[in-house]
Amino acid sequence: MQIGRPAPLLAVCALMFGFGFLLVPLYSVFCEWAGINGKTAGIYENVDALPVIEDRIVKVQFVGNHNANLSWPFKPNQAQVKVQVGVQKKITFTVVNPTNSDVVAQAVPSVAPSEAAPHLHKIECFCFNQQPLTAGQVKEMPLVFFIDSDLPKHIKKITLSYTLFDVTPRLSKRVAVSSSIKRQEQFALAHISSK
Amino acid sequence: MSTQATDMVHDEHDDHGPAKGIGRWLFSTNHKDIGTMYLVFSLVMLFIGGSMAFVVRAELFQPGLQLVEPEFFNQMITMHGLIMVFGAVMPAFVGLANWMLPMMIGAPDMALPRLNNLSFWLLPFAFTMMIGTLFMDGGGPNFGWTFYAPLSTTYAPPSVTFFIFAIHMMGASSIMGAINVIVTIMNMRAPGMTYFKMPMFCWTWLITAFLLIAVMPVLAGVVTMMLMDIHFGTAFFDAGGGGDPVLFQHVFWFFGHPEVYIMILPSFGVVSHVIPAFSRKKLFGYNSMVYAIIAIAILSFVVWAHHMFTVGMPFAGELFFMYTTMLIAIPTGVKIFNWISTMFRGSMTFETPMLYSIGFVILFTIGGLSGIMLALAPVDMVYQDTYFVVAHFHYVLVPGAIFGIFAAVYFWLPKWTGKMYDEGLAKLHFWVSFIGLNLTFFPMHFVGLAGMPRRIPDYPLQFADFNMVVSLGAFLFGASQLIFVYVLIKTLRSGEKAEQLPWDGAEGLEWTLPTPAPYHSFPTPPKVD
Repeated sequence: MQIGRPAPLLAVCALMFGFGFLLVPLYSVFCEWAGINGKTAGIYENVDALPVIEDRIVKVQFVGNHNANLSWPFKPNQAQVKVQVGVQKKITFTVVNPTNSDVVAQAVPSVAPSEAAPHLHKIECFCFNQQPLTAGQVKEMPLVFFIDSDLPKHIKKITLSYTLFDVTPRLSKRVAVSSSIKRQEQFALAHISSK
Repeated sequence: MSTQATDMVHDEHDDHGPAKGIGRWLFSTNHKDIGTMYLVFSLVMLFIGGSMAFVVRAELFQPGLQLVEPEFFNQMITMHGLIMVFGAVMPAFVGLANWMLPMMIGAPDMALPRLNNLSFWLLPFAFTMMIGTLFMDGGGPNFGWTFYAPLSTTYAPPSVTFFIFAIHMMGASSIMGAINVIVTIMNMRAPGMTYFKMPMFCWTWLITAFLLIAVMPVLAGVVTMMLMDIHFGTAFFDAGGGGDPVLFQHVFWFFGHPEVYIMILPSFGVVSHVIPAFSRKKLFGYNSMVYAIIAIAILSFVVWAHHMFTVGMPFAGELFFMYTTMLIAIPTGVKIFNWISTMFRGSMTFETPMLYSIGFVILFTIGGLSGIMLALAPVDMVYQDTYFVVAHFHYVLVPGAIFGIFAAVYFWLPKWTGKMYDEGLAKLHFWVSFIGLNLTFFPMHFVGLAGMPRRIPDYPLQFADFNMVVSLGAFLFGASQLIFVYVLIKTLRSGEKAEQLPWDGAEGLEWTLPTPAPYHSFPTPPKVD
């Protein structure tokens, strides 16, 4: 086959278009393989091999952030815990929905330093699921984790941070914004005409 | 009956001048007509994009907010970048390719003439739609020409959908143009013209075309992901839904870095024609020039993350992208060395195309050197998003791409029109442009190093003097392009008749054609030995 014809060149274009989309899973796989980006894995399910209990203490700090356009109180109930490597630990985060409507929140985790991320395992985490919050609800959310003994020796302190996102209006946000603008306009018009 | 039929066929072959009226341009399949349309289109876009830069520089003339709202300033910054990249530089190069490639390789026309027509006519519609977004509710794109998500998805004005569709259309146009170039060069060279006898402009365009078909689909992919994030509830770049905004930057710059070479390689080709012609010497190191272009093209795929040193990459990643980026300086240095060696001990004259080419070599080198400074990951942390970056990429793009295009236009204009341009006015155009350009972009290095951020409509008082100089330089540079338009009009209306070979040192098949170049050239291929 000769490359200098329209058909193979179009095929190259189609392949590259696909490659653009392939970069999405490749990116996650690469980050996971290289242990970068600070993303923690999903639920820990390895039941056979119980982790070795070592005489080694690691400080784990917790941070609760929220996305810039949210103002929901969200924080860990313990800022820092000392855990023995291999021992499970449970802590809780508290979130408040200060609005008067029902919302759904999603927490996205990140670990620093990122080389610790593959060694921090979660047995239970509120970040595994979207969290529905009714109007005004105060919710305590659990996190159960342990650190495995393969954690590089020089790491003495790990920070686990969560960023909270509002995922309620995912499809209807734009409509909601534009209709609220419309409401304001109508209100302004009514105000002017009443004068 | 049979004689009638043969007569008709005969007529078609002999009497095949341009069609009359507007149909000549709408339905044209002639490479010269389409090339002219591309060049005129890009000139119009140069002025539209330039007037947007005018708004930006007028606002930055003094500290404080005087003329425009910050929201509008953002739209001007964004549209200036998009229009100059996709509307001015790229179509100008496709126009030059259309005009010159068939004449240089001894072919009668481009290989796919109807595709050629379609790829041009997509552009006016794409850009009308994109510029039209400025008049829509919420304004046009305001997120910078790099349209980082989620700024361009979650926080974008509603008109972003039209922007996405416009990018799709101009991407399709570029891909069609690139396919046409590759098919033409690979199949329609005159007998005897092997790859390593091809003129440099053909080589640079062949490589550019391969870069285009490799990365324009990736751009189409990334804007499609944006479209899906905005309208179909996916979360490619939305962290709340499990996506990653940094992924956007990776995919975008995977397209974006080869894109900057797409905008410079054809200029390398032009300069490699002009400098030998006015030095009366052969191009020094033809083979090394070809290998250097190929090396630059390959390296352009492994350097993209140097645009994003500050995103929080691992140390190893920063080292990798820093070294690969600095590696590019080697083939680029080879090219600059070869141009200088071509001039060395040549019997040089300094007509306008040569002035533009020498200006290209000097100023592009300045831009290249600031590029090496930016490639250093540890110091890039300081330079990131300052005016130093703006100075760098304008120094490689304006003297790089735009001066290359001017050199090409002045060099081949006598062959295209059959008329000679006014050398005095053209030299005036060069010198005013040269001074204006340096006044505009050189002080940007200083304000950038002093910490002035890019894309901000206001700045602290200590930057005021330099910014005033920059704005004055920008007005001078913009105004000097009016001289260019005047030179073009004067050439067409009252230019002196050009000779068959207007430049005595010029070589190549295009100069064997009569002046002006006939509507159909090389109906039978010439023999190259």
